[in-house]
Amino acid sequence: MQLSLNGQATQTNARSLFALVPEHTDRVVILNGFQTAEDLPLSDGDCVTVIEKGVFPPTDVLESMMAARHTPGVFEKVKAARVGIAGLGGLGSHIAFALARTGVGHLHLVDFDVVEPSNLNRQCYRISDLGKPKTQALAEQLRTVNPYLTITTDLVRVTAQNAATLFAQDPIVCEAFDAPAAKATLIDAILTACPDTILVAASGMAGFGSCNTIKTRRITDHFYLCGDGETAAEAGCGLMAPRVSVCAGHQANMILRLIVGEDTP
Amino acid sequence: MIQINGQPAPDAIGQTLAAYLANAGYTPAFVAVEKDGVIVPRSQYAETVLSDGDTIEIVQFVGGG
Repeated sequence: MQLSLNGQATQTNARSLFALVPEHTDRVVILNGFQTAEDLPLSDGDCVTVIEKGVFPPTDVLESMMAARHTPGVFEKVKAARVGIAGLGGLGSHIAFALARTGVGHLHLVDFDVVEPSNLNRQCYRISDLGKPKTQALAEQLRTVNPYLTITTDLVRVTAQNAATLFAQDPIVCEAFDAPAAKATLIDAILTACPDTILVAASGMAGFGSCNTIKTRRITDHFYLCGDGETAAEAGCGLMAPRVSVCAGHQANMILRLIVGEDTP
Repeated sequence: MIQINGQPAPDAIGQTLAAYLANAGYTPAFVAVEKDGVIVPRSQYAETVLSDGDTIEIVQFVGGG
């Protein structure tokens, strides 16, 4: 039979994992996205990844190892995808990390601001990033977790005038701003000028109320909205990492679902 | 019948979208409006007249991100 072994097409007569790869405690074996210590049977077309712990793998197999826990079929689709992220704060930075780890091939990061200390309670930045443009700080970090991405950045404030041009190349755009007027302006600009673009936005993730009220909704064929819809950041109600990152996870998962061909929330 | 955010809203019939938003207390700069499955461009709020049979959803954005 033919299967994929560490990303390479391989002919084998082995009928089970242990016949293909002898059992070893320092070895991680992943079959079709599932890590296992069992001697599972093999079938034609299976995808097997074998990782020796503590050994830096050859560059040409590292990318397939990094995607070994993905559901089969996901890697090829995300690799070909491109997503624009408008705003690189608590939502955008977490969304970017989730999509980078998933292997979304091209990330377009847009933000005008620099990292400052009040960002660190919920955004994926570090003390050493203080003062850096968020576009630069985030791109640097993303490359350390996935060097196979194409990352483009725009250090600019998104406006009603420039939004459609800025995101014209992005089939999926993620709204990850803080201010409600900026959110609504982006939705209006993109959905009016770019009829084929799909927009995934967020509203309502402040405070420390239950995460179970944060949902993904489909408003139109091209507009998804995540969040609880009502909990605003305001005096007396802050923004903190847990709920913000749950909402970012909703957005990132909706984007992943769209990329693999699922359109329901 | 006209439905706005899932509720019957007979009083809205004949109003422009801009007038309805103002009367209902919305800040137009913070909303997106879906009408019959399509987002209404902000530039058309003043000329969009709400009619019997419309299904409208008004998404009000709150701050945070």
